[in-house]
Amino acid sequence: MGIIDWAFRKSPWILHFNTGSCNGCDIEIFATLTPKYDVERLGALLKGSPRHADILVVSGPVTRQASGRILRIYEQMPDPKKVVAVGTCCISGGVFSNGGKGPCYNVYPGLDSLVPVDAYVPGCPPKPEAILDGISKVAKKAGVGCK
Amino acid sequence: MSSSYERIFDIPIGPQHPALKEPAMLKLKVDGEHVVGVDLDVSYNHRGIEKAAEYRTYIQNLYLIERICGICNVAQTLTYCLAVESLHGKEIPARARFLRIVAEEISRINSHLLWLGVAAHEIGFDTFFMHIWLDREITLGLMEALSGNRITSSYNVIGGVRRDVTEDLLSRIRKGLDDLEPRVKRYREIAINDRSILKRTQGVGILSPADAAATSAVGPTLRASGIKSDVRADDPYSSHDQVPFNVITSDGCDAHARIIVRLDEILESIQICRHCISKLPAGPILQRLPRRAPQGEAMSRVEAPRGELFHYICSDGSDKPYRCKVSTPTLANLPALVRMLTSKGRYVVNIADVPVILASIDPCFSCAARVERTGGV
Repeated sequence: MGIIDWAFRKSPWILHFNTGSCNGCDIEIFATLTPKYDVERLGALLKGSPRHADILVVSGPVTRQASGRILRIYEQMPDPKKVVAVGTCCISGGVFSNGGKGPCYNVYPGLDSLVPVDAYVPGCPPKPEAILDGISKVAKKAGVGCK
Repeated sequence: MSSSYERIFDIPIGPQHPALKEPAMLKLKVDGEHVVGVDLDVSYNHRGIEKAAEYRTYIQNLYLIERICGICNVAQTLTYCLAVESLHGKEIPARARFLRIVAEEISRINSHLLWLGVAAHEIGFDTFFMHIWLDREITLGLMEALSGNRITSSYNVIGGVRRDVTEDLLSRIRKGLDDLEPRVKRYREIAINDRSILKRTQGVGILSPADAAATSAVGPTLRASGIKSDVRADDPYSSHDQVPFNVITSDGCDAHARIIVRLDEILESIQICRHCISKLPAGPILQRLPRRAPQGEAMSRVEAPRGELFHYICSDGSDKPYRCKVSTPTLANLPALVRMLTSKGRYVVNIADVPVILASIDPCFSCAARVERTGGV
């Protein structure tokens, strides 16, 4: 077991980026950080800088304006890095895509059209338990072979 | 000024920044520590909802409009439903009107508590943030019991509300409010007495009553500058004329006054909820309306947690709106924010105060992103 895998599993630090969300998912991500759900017990901390983060938690449909930023943030993160897409909008565009019938002109069809995604957390918004599950599964996946 | 222009630097904040919960770009012009100008770009969340609304039916639009803002989604759907109902020229049942008030006030409590937590976080008082967010879970539980979802509730529908309440649920709501009230009173005490909160917020982000009126500020930002204006009282839209409540104002005109106004509004909202539950009329909760709206125009306004929310719908007689226009409270508060962020005369804004001032208007950029600025990513 490599030291990076071991460290990743014990302290998956999070960076949250809102790519055009309605705030529904954002406040559930924050609720995940606060005492009732407390993601910190998994060793996860919310960080302000992409250079300190292991897991990028993205919420919201990717808008044209934010698309350049999400790529830059992803590239600034050190390897190994994981991406969690939170919410239906982030996964597929959700209510803003409408299956090709009158989509919003400013929205990408999903986060995975821009950056590789490791976990999808569906829901509008997903419950904090689901977000917690997504983050813990990604952390486990990174630390395969760890005890 | 010729010697000082070289000292003025640009500091960009955002769109990804620890102090921002949503993407926005503030370009601060600073002279030493003092902010002398600000250039604000809030278009990162622009999704094109108003255009998309023209391609969908009135019923489908309900779910689109709800996702303009996740925090004040009850107010968004309420405003939209009021506009569509006024196109039809129909009144909705009294029970539904009261239930709408209950849902609206619970979401207001939720939004204000959320904001208070974020404000505490910006001040650097993270313990306060964690305590408030723990108590906020009470209101989320009530919302889940009432509507079936914690955040995005879909409670209001065209012609009424989706779900009825039972006696059991009403007593649960009553108990939740009883649990919450002493906590909010305690937080109010802390906000008034705690030295670290006072030092970070008093005299910061001053908006004089004249400036507030001149920049057309709305909601708690306006009321904290001593101007009594509340759509619920001025233009009762959902049986608010039958509910006794006070419009909370403060003469502080600073960030601290905005904290106190919002905390007092939570206590007021708890009273409104209690009144509506005890006086809940019997009867149906839904008045069915036809899918096609008659030709015409309709406007509606609602006091959302952040201030006056305005919807305009133009109908050409089909089952889809011809034009749908939304004007949100954060958008109305941005000119006031720019004024608060600019040093002028003896009023000085330090860089360290910027997050507090920004948080003090309770910005919701996903609401405010009604236009997109082109030419820069």
